[in-house]
Amino acid sequence: MKMTGAELIIRLLERQGITTVAGIPGGAILPLYDALGASTQIRHVLTRHEQGAGFIAQGMARASGQAAVCLASSGPGATNLITAIADARLDSIPVVCITGQVPSAMIGTDAFQEVDTYGLTVPITKHNFLVDSVEELLDVVPRAFRIALSGRPGPVLIDVPKDIQNATIEFDEWPQPGCAEPAPQPADTALAAALALIAQAQRPILYLGGGVVHAGAAPLARELAETAGLPTVMTLMALGTLPETHLLQLGMLGMHGARCTNLALAECDLLIAVGARFDDRATGKVAEFCPNAAIVHIDIDASELDKIKTAHVALNGDVREVLGRLLPRLGAQADRRAWLARIGELKRDFPLKLDGRHNPRHHYGLIRATARAAGPAAIVTTDVGQHQMWAAQAYPLDRPRQWLTSGGLGTMGFGLPAAIGAALAEPQRPVVCFSGDGSILMNIQELATLAEEDLDVKIVLFNNGALGLVHQQQTLFYGGRLNASVFRGQPDFVRLAQAFGIRTIDLDAEPDVPDALAAAFAERGPCLIHATIGLEEKVYPMVPPGAANTDMIGG
Amino acid sequence: MNATRTVPAALAVLELTVNNHPGVMSHVCGLFARRACNVEGIICLPLGDGARSRIWLQVPDTDKLEPMTRQARKLEDVLEVIRHPDGHPVFAQLGAAVG
Ligand SMILES: Cc1ncc(C[n+]2csc(CCOP(=O)(O)OP(=O)(O)O)c2C)c(N)n1
Ligand SMILES: [Mg+2]
Repeated sequence: MKMTGAELIIRLLERQGITTVAGIPGGAILPLYDALGASTQIRHVLTRHEQGAGFIAQGMARASGQAAVCLASSGPGATNLITAIADARLDSIPVVCITGQVPSAMIGTDAFQEVDTYGLTVPITKHNFLVDSVEELLDVVPRAFRIALSGRPGPVLIDVPKDIQNATIEFDEWPQPGCAEPAPQPADTALAAALALIAQAQRPILYLGGGVVHAGAAPLARELAETAGLPTVMTLMALGTLPETHLLQLGMLGMHGARCTNLALAECDLLIAVGARFDDRATGKVAEFCPNAAIVHIDIDASELDKIKTAHVALNGDVREVLGRLLPRLGAQADRRAWLARIGELKRDFPLKLDGRHNPRHHYGLIRATARAAGPAAIVTTDVGQHQMWAAQAYPLDRPRQWLTSGGLGTMGFGLPAAIGAALAEPQRPVVCFSGDGSILMNIQELATLAEEDLDVKIVLFNNGALGLVHQQQTLFYGGRLNASVFRGQPDFVRLAQAFGIRTIDLDAEPDVPDALAAAFAERGPCLIHATIGLEEKVYPMVPPGAANTDMIGG
Repeated sequence: MNATRTVPAALAVLELTVNNHPGVMSHVCGLFARRACNVEGIICLPLGDGARSRIWLQVPDTDKLEPMTRQARKLEDVLEVIRHPDGHPVFAQLGAAVG
């Protein structure tokens, strides 16, 4: 076989099963775009900013669990991708980014649009490559996918100088597509120790993290909870792994978790952490997190074990495989009736108060009404702010990969492009994007992409005229000194969306919100749904930054 | 920021076997720099035909060492990490040469 480096990359992507990529062309990646144009398998989604392309790839990967690809040119194209890559790293999302680079001979000369993409992305990728020969592509492209998908998933970047895209290569055999490698297997003795701790525990809690979603382990986690009778908390990343209606579920823990959830954790004598990393938003002040609990920690990433809390039993492996080995060996369990009764008491006395949940002009009510209009098949993405935390608290999530949110990096601007990506990956599902008036403007240009692709994305815009979550923190912790958190001017979001060619509904002007939402969702395709939300509303309860989870305010 | 610093009393040595290519040093050194762990001494030499090299890192022997070792093991180009809690003679020899 004989072809150019650019054609080789495209064929290798096809062999990985890639059907959609997102990106923006530019000088240093034009050979690749030329080859891409000739592909009958891969469709290119032209975004309006490379960050949008990065988040579209993330949306595809988060919704499907498969690695997804984005493309950018050298220099500003590559730097524009950076936030989306860092976001993928912190949330362990398998994304393969391919960037063009100035020709090899010009690297290091401050050539036009030259930037050290490799150096810039070392700390934010799982691994990165600067390709230095066309032959290397045969190894690097499948390897990038293998790395992105193996162990704890993450982003991988391949920087390809223009001359290598243009160079010709002759070879005899295709490399195998890259796929996830087998995970480490914890020893039987460690498993037995975990089983013993679980069986003896009087007051156990199961703590599920995003790793459960990545591993496809939600059904097994549920089986563990049910078989052993374990009250279960979830991180922001794990929402949906146990349905909102499940009797054993205690919802989200941490900074904006329910009082009953954080109080129950403070009383537990065993914490079984599965694919969770004891993030500070989840634990609050670590020294006071589950102070009396032994810890069983299951994670595919050995460096997460003992990182924040020393585990009594650490099981390094794929959480689906480990749960699969634990479940058949779960023996008789300690009598948990008293503990379950105590949990019932806490839930009764300190529930999540979703005040106004029946009033669709209220934030919680609007989230609930949106969920009813969107139906159970919907995928939900969010931006970052109060609206995100309210949606995390109130949206009735009931399956993994239903909830896509920027957890680790907390990136405003994530919601819209991630929704586009989710809709590309799962075209049969409606996608709801909860956004804020601050966040939406961070990637507003992707409304053009959305209109062009005509995807079934409904944006519900919570307009409080402010950077609400910042406003809340300044109100509560900075003596009410509101600096730079309230907008003094704002675009007309409804007319703005219309200018992009997107249908709109302004709930402020609608006599009946549920009817208006039903009408919005009845029609396939993009729609921006605008609602004014009171700036006095807060996300409660709230653990002040740095405080113990039991020191919640409000709610 | 630039307060005078002294070499920590307890130093351990990490011995890494890595793939030998231009990016490896930045992956390895970046890992330590990002975690505010000062690498006191560093030696790197190619092995055999040069496909691999060996890096000896002299680092403070603190609580950070174990997590750092685990992080280093995760690097794609790092094939092996051996910990020498009591140091390694290469540094003594090099130290003698430097004077
Ligand atoms: C890119 C980025 N910049 C800044 C922040 C800090 N930040 C967190 S929430 C927030 C306000 C978000 O405002 P909006 O999207 O209107 O949401 P609201 O809180 O009002 O619902 C800000 C500025 C961030 N998370 N991401
Ligand atoms: Mg706002």
